[in-house]
Order: sequence, then structure tokens, then C-alpha cells
Amino acid sequence: MDFLWTAIGDQAEAACLVVQGGLGSIFGEGGAVIPNFCRLMGGAWLTLQLTALALAIGFLLAVPVAMARLSKNPWINYPCLAYTFYFRGTPLLVQLFLVYYGSGQFALTFRELGLWHGMFRDAYFCALLTLTLNTAAYTAEILRGGMLGVPAGEVEAGRAYGMSRATLYRRIVFPRAMRIALPAYTNEVVFLFQATSLVSLVTLLDLMGVARDVISGTFRTFETLIFAGLVYLVISGLIFAVFKRVERRLMRHRRDITSDTKLDTGAKPGAPTAAGQP
Amino acid sequence: MDFEGYEWVFWEGTTVTILVGLVSLPIALVLGLFGAWAKLGGGPIIRALAGAYTTAVRGIPELVLILLIYYGLTIIIQDAVSALTGSDEPVDLPRFATGTMTLGVIYGAFATEVFRGAYLAVDRGQIEAARAYGMNRVLAFRRVVLPQMWRFALPGLGNLWLVLLKATALVSVIQLPELIRMTQIAVGATREPFTFYFAASLIYLAITAASLLAIRSAEKHADRGVARRL
Repeated sequence: MDFLWTAIGDQAEAACLVVQGGLGSIFGEGGAVIPNFCRLMGGAWLTLQLTALALAIGFLLAVPVAMARLSKNPWINYPCLAYTFYFRGTPLLVQLFLVYYGSGQFALTFRELGLWHGMFRDAYFCALLTLTLNTAAYTAEILRGGMLGVPAGEVEAGRAYGMSRATLYRRIVFPRAMRIALPAYTNEVVFLFQATSLVSLVTLLDLMGVARDVISGTFRTFETLIFAGLVYLVISGLIFAVFKRVERRLMRHRRDITSDTKLDTGAKPGAPTAAGQP
Repeated sequence: MDFEGYEWVFWEGTTVTILVGLVSLPIALVLGLFGAWAKLGGGPIIRALAGAYTTAVRGIPELVLILLIYYGLTIIIQDAVSALTGSDEPVDLPRFATGTMTLGVIYGAFATEVFRGAYLAVDRGQIEAARAYGMNRVLAFRRVVLPQMWRFALPGLGNLWLVLLKATALVSVIQLPELIRMTQIAVGATREPFTFYFAASLIYLAITAASLLAIRSAEKHADRGVARRL
């Protein structure tokens, strides 16, 4: 598996170097961006990788948390409330520092438990862990809002058909909740994508990390940051476009309803919605 | 928790964090009102400019924008100073002013969308009635639209404040001595990162919780003239 990834990585790097050479021959080799084009793209790859992994694991974590938040049992509900409240009520930067630098305070214990090398000592692991826990908290609240939005009549109808709890959730509640929650989730995806730029502050070389590295080497602050900003902007736009398509597909039985999820309008990405705020 | 005599970083840092938030918020609100006006009532050029502003801010991470605006302004002013006086002395921008301006500019884009939505939510008939009474545009806006808009805008503005509050942590990258920056200083001296970052996170949590209560009572106050549905 690793061998395969290395092979793909080598191919991508070779292709990128060709592009970089082409850009160099058209626009000249000067400046900060073109000579470092491949490094910056490599950073963007790490950014996308962190985003995708955190979103995937975060979603799997968010589903049970959202269901627990709907439970009437306080022993199940309140711990999950505390978790979502903590991760939504504190800055991601503090969470990141708490995991990456904070774990150092317990280095000996982690070492004994075998959680140090390749785990808490590693910036990539800490960043992925923090991003995952953060997005899972936001996603859980979004999903909770979606599940609360499922009309009571549909749930009753499902029960009347004699569906078990699991079948009811699988066939009625989840599909309906996903449709309701999708616009808010789109914003969360874009928010997380942009928030990954913070991992550059714990030494990772994501797009922002490479950009800062290029700046400290070339002193060309302006053009490097503007280029990085444009890459973020384009990818954010692409994410919105993809999710718009997904939404249209999920809503294809109701052509009259379209929501306002595009880059220019709608709610703040990652902003807790009024309904979702504990 | 034992802070080894470094409790003071929390007081100083929290004060600056709250100040940064409270100063950035009005900047964002004023920009937001202008932005909403530009998007709703401006000509094609003004509308395109406002659209570019909100799109760029929503599509680019805050961290990039903060560094871009801070270092960008520094370079521009530096160049202007050296061109005018011929001296090469490094310019040091006031960090508080730059930090709050940057956050104001970023969250002005989000306030734009909040105000635009709130304006569109006000019943058209209300504006027509005000105009029919002979009120001019400004008066109709002040007396009829603004008080009702406020009610629709409040939930959005509440969220804006909560997000802005957390975003103040990012201005620590331009060495502004807010809560995170001060905590970093204490961590450097005591070598107890977990203790200090965890305490800092609890302070943010406390400010968020207090803000939530304030927002809820403000929403209740704004809704006092509206019949409850249930």
C-alpha cells in the first residue's frame, strides 16, 4: 500500500515539476511562487488530506454523538453536551495547542502507555486528532438539528408500519435528516478546510505552512500569501459547487426547493446555527 | 491548578481578548451595514465590489487574511515612509489597531450577509406604508425598517459575536498580547503547557457561555412586541 502511494506521489511530483517548468518558461523564474510551485501544491495536498480524513472520521463520530444528544437519559446526553459545548465554545487554536504542546506535559505517561512515538509527539497525529474532534462536535450539532427537523408524522408513519428502531432510523430519520442538514454541513466542510491552515502553527507543512516557509526564505510576503489565498479561494468554491450538486441530487424529487449554499451568500461557515447552539 | 504565580497572564490576556472583540464588532457592524446597502441598493459596479469582498473573505482562511493585511499594510507604509523620508528605519504598526481592523474587515463580510437577509425579511408592505405616510427614505429606514430588521438580524449577529470571539485567538500570530499570546508566555516560563492552555480554554468557554445568556436575553427583548406562536 505504502509502495503504491509512493509511486503515485512520485508520478504527481514529476507531473508537477513539468508544470512548474512550463510556468517558469512562460512567466520567468523570478518571484517566490513559481520556483516553489511544486512545494506549495504539495502543501495543498496535505491540506486536502487533513480535511478529508478529519471530515470522514469526524462524521462517523458525530452520528452517535448526535443521537446521544437526543437521548432523554441524562447520563448519555450530558457528557455529549459537554463535549460539543467545549469544542464549539473554545477556539480551534487553543484546542490544537492543548493537544500538541499540552501532551508534552504528560510525555512520560504517554511514553509508558505507548502513545508517544508516532502519536502525541507527532504534529500530524495531533493536528488530525484536534481537527477530527472539532469537526465532529460541530457536525453532531448540525445532525441533531437535522434529526429534530424530521416531521413527527413521518416517524409515526414508520412506527405504524411496524419498523424497528434501527430500520426507522436507517430508512426514515437519517435520509430525511441528511437532506435538512446538508446546507449547514456544506458550510462546516468549507470552514474545516480553511481551518486546517492553523496546523501550520504546529510546524506542519500544509499550504499555509509552505507559504510561511517560502516567505521566510524569499521575503516575498505579498505575492506568496495572495497565491495561497487564491488556492484556498478556488478550492472553497469547488467544494461549494460539488455540494450544490449533491444537494440538487438529494432534492431531485422536489425541484422547487433550492437552498442558498454558495460562496457568496448564506450563513457563516462553521457558525453555530441559532437552533444548534446549546 | 497551580499557576506558579503566573495568574496575571490570564487577567491581562482576557482583558485584551475582550477588548479586541468589543472593538472589532462595531467595525464589522458598520462595514456590514454598508455592505448590505451596497448589495441591495448599489449600482452594478458597487454590487460587484461588495460581492467580491464577501466572496474573497468567505473563501480565504482568516489566518491568511490576518497575515496578508498585517504584513501588507506594514510593507505599504514602510515603502511610503522610505520613499518620503529616505530613511530605512523599520516601521512597527500598532498591533491592537491593525488586529482589530483586520478582524473588523473579515467579520464585516459576514455581517453583510446577516443584514442583507434581515432587510429582505422585513415585510415590503411596512416600507410602502411608511412611504405612503410621507416619510422619506432615511426616516422610513430609521423608524420602520431598522427596528424590525434588528429582530431578524439578532440571531445572526449573536453567532457572529461567538465566532468573532474565537477568532480573536488568531491575532496572537501578530504578537498581539491577547489570551493565547499571554498564555504562550506563561508556558515558556513554567513548562506546563497543558495546565495553562486548558485554563485559557476554560476562560474562552466562560466568555462564550456569558455571551450566550446575553444574546438570549437580547433576543427576548427584541421579540417582546411579537405574538408568540406557541
